[in-house]
Amino acid sequence: MQITVTVNGDEHTADVEPRLLLVHFLRDKLGLTGTHWGCDTSNCGVCVVWLDGTPVKSCTVLAVMADGHTVRTVEGLADGAALDPVQEGFVRCHGLQCGFCTPGMMMTARWLLDHNPDPSEDEIREAISGQSCRCTGYENIVRSVRWAASRGTEVSAS
Amino acid sequence: MGPMQVPAHFEYERATSVDHALALLAKWGSEARVVAGGHSLIPMMKLRLARPEALVDINDLEELAYVRLDGDVLAVGAMTRHADLLASPLVGEHYPIFHDAERVIADPVVRNRGTVGGSLCQADPSEDLSAAFAAVDAAAVVRGPDGVRRVPVREFHTGPYETVVAPGELLVEVVVPVRPGGGSAYEKVERRVGDWAVAAAGAAVWLAGDTIADAGIGLTAVGAAHFHAPAAEEFLRGSAATDSVLVEAGRIAAERCEPVADQRGPADYKKHLAGELTVRALRRAVARARGVA
Ligand SMILES: Cc1cc2nc3c(=O)[nH]c(=O)nc-3n(C[C@H](O)[C@H](O)[C@H](O)COP(=O)(O)OP(=O)(O)OC[C@H]3O[C@@H](n4cnc5c(N)ncnc54)[C@H](O)[C@@H]3O)c2cc1C
Ligand code: FES
Ligand code: FES
Repeated sequence: MQITVTVNGDEHTADVEPRLLLVHFLRDKLGLTGTHWGCDTSNCGVCVVWLDGTPVKSCTVLAVMADGHTVRTVEGLADGAALDPVQEGFVRCHGLQCGFCTPGMMMTARWLLDHNPDPSEDEIREAISGQSCRCTGYENIVRSVRWAASRGTEVSAS
Repeated sequence: MGPMQVPAHFEYERATSVDHALALLAKWGSEARVVAGGHSLIPMMKLRLARPEALVDINDLEELAYVRLDGDVLAVGAMTRHADLLASPLVGEHYPIFHDAERVIADPVVRNRGTVGGSLCQADPSEDLSAAFAAVDAAAVVRGPDGVRRVPVREFHTGPYETVVAPGELLVEVVVPVRPGGGSAYEKVERRVGDWAVAAAGAAVWLAGDTIADAGIGLTAVGAAHFHAPAAEEFLRGSAATDSVLVEAGRIAAERCEPVADQRGPADYKKHLAGELTVRALRRAVARARGVA
């Protein structure tokens, strides 16, 4: 069936099977491979994107469910060449190693900061608790989000 | 990682109103399934544990997404997301049991999508909200082609993954009367953060002075029929709200559970937890009813 989804501000119309998952629509139909695909069972969180402004696990959403709706992916974080503070935080605080979990982590972090601009370490850990990172031990992810929250003042001073 | 898993072929229909959803369900008959958050149904379709011919998507039904007080009844629309139940101050004020439960259901991103109605209709024997709604003696409001009917949550589940909701029907709302003097709480043990319960218990009590005027107990994952512990409730009614009474209620509740051993633990451990978690939930519910927690 034909669907039209607004992704990162651009309308995309495509013919899809109802059983196509949103994660595969984004990656395979639109070429937006920043969204990763891992466990396929809504556990790991590498596939997190925003659907109508809310983070969801896109391996457990059908592309047809997004018809007429709005999606934001990691490709929609930066404003042109200017990185989102969350992205900059991950760069500065070594928030990633292999990078597999990173897009999902950043999408959740951006949402958290939009709703709670000054989250505590516990609040950050709770927000990303449905997302796995096998590399960093989470410590630097939390620091990266804190950096974004304070736009650098706090962390770079230390 | 295994091979890519996608559901088998099906037809997709988007409902634009409750009436439209009912019409679509009527059109497809018993081959249709409602999809709400899809966080139970889509995984089951990937595994071919469910193979509906048609999905009726009710995610656009904003009319079913609400938490409100209708007089002295707390009403929760079926499309209320877990996250919205958790964020609702009304729920926190009148039935903190749901905030306790929601904090330990899955993780924040899953809670953004999964719904109250989907949880109850999925009828997984480990579903947390089934036990919480059973504890507070809520009623499910079901709409079908012949009108609306109301079913106590304690009679809603007819077996594992089975409910009274017939093909062609839709769960639209869950309602709980708000009564003065009450307190409620939920206690869960899981293997790791975000996992399904090894065992969990919910309790609601209403005090008249130091006497327990009424009580409700819900249990999940421990083989309690209808997620409910009626004998322990019966024992509590009219008893003094002392710790030894609560402990005895826990013992009675556990005695009647028939948990099965699985990867989450052996049966005797789950039975033990059923009793212990009932006592802990009762203690917190009583403390909250007294306004000291
Ligand atoms: C990783 C993960 C961890 C989880 N952990 C927990 C946990 O710890 N505790 C817990 O309780 N749950 C847990 N869940 C389940 C979660 O709560 C699901 O969201 C919920 O069980 C189903 O809600 P849904 O809206 O996604 O339902 P769906 O998957 O859309 O539907 C489930 C079933 O209900 C039917 N249905 C849905 N809505 C209606 C309606 N209004 N009327 C009639 N039928 C309807 C569907 O046809 C389907 O049969 C977990 C899920 C995941 C993915
Ligand atoms: S791929 Fe979606 S949660 Fe792991
Ligand atoms: S950086 Fe490798 S999984 Fe997180």
